[in-house]
Amino acid sequence: MNSGLINANPIVYGKKERRARTAPVDVDEYAAEPIDQLEIFDHIRDIKDPEHPYSLEELKVITEDAIEVDDTKSHVRVAFTPTVEHCSMATVIGLCLRVKLMRCLPPRYKVDISVAPGTHATEAAVNKQLNDKERVAAALENPNLVDMVDECLAPSYE
Amino acid sequence: MAEHFKTLWSSVKDATYVSPETNLSTEAGFMSEMGFQDSDIMKQAFVLLQELVQQSNGSFISLILEDEDIKIFMNSLNQYEDFDNIPIDIRQRLHAVGRIISVCVNTSIASCNKVFESFFPLLMTYLGLSVAKPHENSCLAEDYNPPGRLNFGALYLCVEVLSACRYLVGSDELTPIPDFANQTWGVMLHNVSKSLAMVFISLLRSNVAENSQNAYVCYGVKGLQNLATFPGSLLAVSKSTYDSILLKLMSVVTSDINKTFLWTLAMNALVEIGSFLDKCPDSERLSSYESIVVEKIFSLISSDDSNMPLSLKLQAAFEIGATGMNFMLRVVQGLDEAISATLSAVYAHGNRKSVEPTVKLLEYYSNKVLPWFHKSGGSEEIPLNFALSIWDKIENNRSFNLDSLENELLDATMMAMKQAVGSCSEGSQEKIINKALGVLLSSNCLQWMESISGNTPSEAEGLQQIHKLDSFAIRDEWITSLFASIVIALRPQTYIQNGKFILQFFITTLLNGHVPSAQALGSLVNKLPLKITGTPLSKNLCLDEAVDMIFHSCIWTSYNGSTYERGSSEIDLSSLRLCSLSPESDKIHATIGLAWIGKGLLMRGHEKVKDITMTLLNCMISDGDRGSLPNSKHPSLVCNDEDLHHQLMKSAADAFHIIMSDSESCLNKRYHATIRPLYKQRFSNTVMPILSTLMLKYDSPSIRSMLCRAIAYVVSDTPLTAILSEAKKLIPLLLDCLSMMVEDIMNKEIIYSVLLVISGILVDKNGQDAVAENAHSIVNQLIELTTYPHMMVIRETAVQCLAAISELPYTRIYPLRTLVLRAMLKALDDPKWVVRQEAVRCRQAWASIASRSLHF
Repeated sequence: MNSGLINANPIVYGKKERRARTAPVDVDEYAAEPIDQLEIFDHIRDIKDPEHPYSLEELKVITEDAIEVDDTKSHVRVAFTPTVEHCSMATVIGLCLRVKLMRCLPPRYKVDISVAPGTHATEAAVNKQLNDKERVAAALENPNLVDMVDECLAPSYE
Repeated sequence: MAEHFKTLWSSVKDATYVSPETNLSTEAGFMSEMGFQDSDIMKQAFVLLQELVQQSNGSFISLILEDEDIKIFMNSLNQYEDFDNIPIDIRQRLHAVGRIISVCVNTSIASCNKVFESFFPLLMTYLGLSVAKPHENSCLAEDYNPPGRLNFGALYLCVEVLSACRYLVGSDELTPIPDFANQTWGVMLHNVSKSLAMVFISLLRSNVAENSQNAYVCYGVKGLQNLATFPGSLLAVSKSTYDSILLKLMSVVTSDINKTFLWTLAMNALVEIGSFLDKCPDSERLSSYESIVVEKIFSLISSDDSNMPLSLKLQAAFEIGATGMNFMLRVVQGLDEAISATLSAVYAHGNRKSVEPTVKLLEYYSNKVLPWFHKSGGSEEIPLNFALSIWDKIENNRSFNLDSLENELLDATMMAMKQAVGSCSEGSQEKIINKALGVLLSSNCLQWMESISGNTPSEAEGLQQIHKLDSFAIRDEWITSLFASIVIALRPQTYIQNGKFILQFFITTLLNGHVPSAQALGSLVNKLPLKITGTPLSKNLCLDEAVDMIFHSCIWTSYNGSTYERGSSEIDLSSLRLCSLSPESDKIHATIGLAWIGKGLLMRGHEKVKDITMTLLNCMISDGDRGSLPNSKHPSLVCNDEDLHHQLMKSAADAFHIIMSDSESCLNKRYHATIRPLYKQRFSNTVMPILSTLMLKYDSPSIRSMLCRAIAYVVSDTPLTAILSEAKKLIPLLLDCLSMMVEDIMNKEIIYSVLLVISGILVDKNGQDAVAENAHSIVNQLIELTTYPHMMVIRETAVQCLAAISELPYTRIYPLRTLVLRAMLKALDDPKWVVRQEAVRCRQAWASIASRSLHF
């Protein structure tokens, strides 16, 4: 493991505005509101980066446009952009995303996490690791990893 | 000090003019305006500037006026014609220069003179006017249109100067207004005022593109407003100029209704002018304002002019009226005439098109005008005359040509009547009620009343025909409803003539299903004096007599047909049932009546409310009485009987809702009700034990569901502190209620209120102990409610309650963890976003109480 930080000086962007709740008067009682991009983004935007006290949104690791949702087909695809090409935290970030979405979406959803094309040196390997169910389950058995993931996810539950 | 002036001025100039730090104020509506918000540095710089100018007696001013930068800026104003073309930094400079000049102007007369001498002619030239020869100004022509675009910079500075002058003159309120006719600036202003006014007016007329128009229009109106509110006599602004300003503003208000921005500005300007007149009255200006503005408003309301929608007319009328009492009186006069005309059209000719405007007028009257009068301490002549005139109208129209009841109009009239009567004093209220009584007595309402008094069982069937609603003619219903409205709004001290007759009348109409009569009865028993001192032969009604009358009326006779003695305080509760011979529908109406009467008695703390409660409870549990009704003679009633009986039980349960909840339409502070503190707690403490014993006693599902309804209504309106002390006993009861009520979709409001009570118990520390004991059943019920399909807030609240339960001691809740998590998995897929959000939080809360894996 490296002793220094992977990316000592990340560029910090601002946070986008949060969605406000519509007044209950306007809501039609029986109209269904399908899960959309913004909702998925709301779930993952506050996840903390493993190295810095900033959220993934602030570091522009994830953006709203990089999320594809299809509620009828129960499919979500998230593409995230690590801040540097050789980021070895990419797998941890991917794992955080997967765990958070697993906990926040109904069980019928299939989640695909991948690194945005062309932004990481070992893109293919990372993608393969992130989407392999057994490797993910094995990772979640590791208590150190679980602790790190929980620490990253803590701000996103507030 | 004088030697430092130069340095001081250069630093002020630096802070404000050279590098100003203003922020565009973020009001979205005026993006094209000069809406700058000064930074703190700039504000302090202006304060310093004011001090310097004041103390320096002219030397500082000369520094400013001879400053090169300022001069160059002023001379360059004609470069920037169009507002849109002015870049932001120039706008900032313009704003700064405007402020500097206004500070100089409003400090003292001498400084004002100096500023005027230096800059005013220049500004006027930019605007195309001549100060020296005002008569030659082309803008004095009738339809003057400015050639090309007006110089915005000059316009802005001119308006700023005007408001500063106004401030200067107006600030010497106590000292006599200085004779500024002889001052330089006074002379200049006087010469140009008419032309200036014309220029401003032309701005309002031009039809240029919307966006840039806004800035010009805004400052045009502001300029007109400044001219019109110039304090002092008409030395600065002549009468004709004043009149033309008012005329133009009024014409904008009446014709340019589509240009909302302009309309609002003009409206506000007129309101400002009006309030200024109210504060500093000036006879000539007052007469102008009255004749031009107020009279026009008056004619607007009365006319059927369809150019302006009625709501806009009313809004304009109210805002102008609100500036002063005299204006409002005139406006009210207009409103009165309009209401009178439309009501006549409706009553006499059955003109259905007039119904909607009448409703609007009446609503405006009761919601805006009457409260304004009440607040501003107006005399009660207005509401008194209003009420009396409506009764006059009804009296004069012996027959109503209405096809249907026109419920909306009736409601609006009742509301207006209640408001009007409620704001009157006792004497006026007596006048109104006497007048109304006269109309009532001479109408047809009474002919069926005589046949009802002295009701004996054998005449019951014959009476049933008379009880039909169709014979209750429309006019009679109007009269009864309006009479009830008067009684609802009476003050407790008002003397009511013929009290006994009125009481009997209401009892009879109530049995016909007339709800306002029930409310009136409730109000009566709430406010009648307990005992009358004086001769026992007086016709005054006192509370005891009233209660006696009610109890002995045809609502109540003992089941066996024997009535109890008059005046006895012992009432056999088991025989206290509703008259079993009248049709069931009458009983339903009687329960509504009892509910309102009970509410009135409860609010003043009379003990007879117990009897009423007992009767209602008997209604709810009277399942087995049906066999004794003489139904065989009326076969048509048999098939409806179960339905009606169910309805009777339901309305008895709903009666508790009426008793406990706060009503907007009667028995509240606005209508002078007698309210004893903590009455709800007292009722709840008395009734809840009885209801819970009844729940334990009865098994039949229909009875239990009615009892649940009653319990739910009582609990949801009891203050939370009273509930918390009884939480342990109440929670199982509430959970039972919830499970019973979930089956019927109509119950969703009640379910929601009970759920709110439970959540209130959950968040309180003392309540949490009670919850912890019943954790299992509560969680089960809440889980069931998270899938309630008919109301989103119920699901959301249920999930929130579950999340709150996760904070309870671990030993109590860990067995339920898997249950809750499974339920949350379903809730994550809820159709509504809000519920999903709450489910995520709840799931996380429950998952984190144990470190076990989440996969189970």
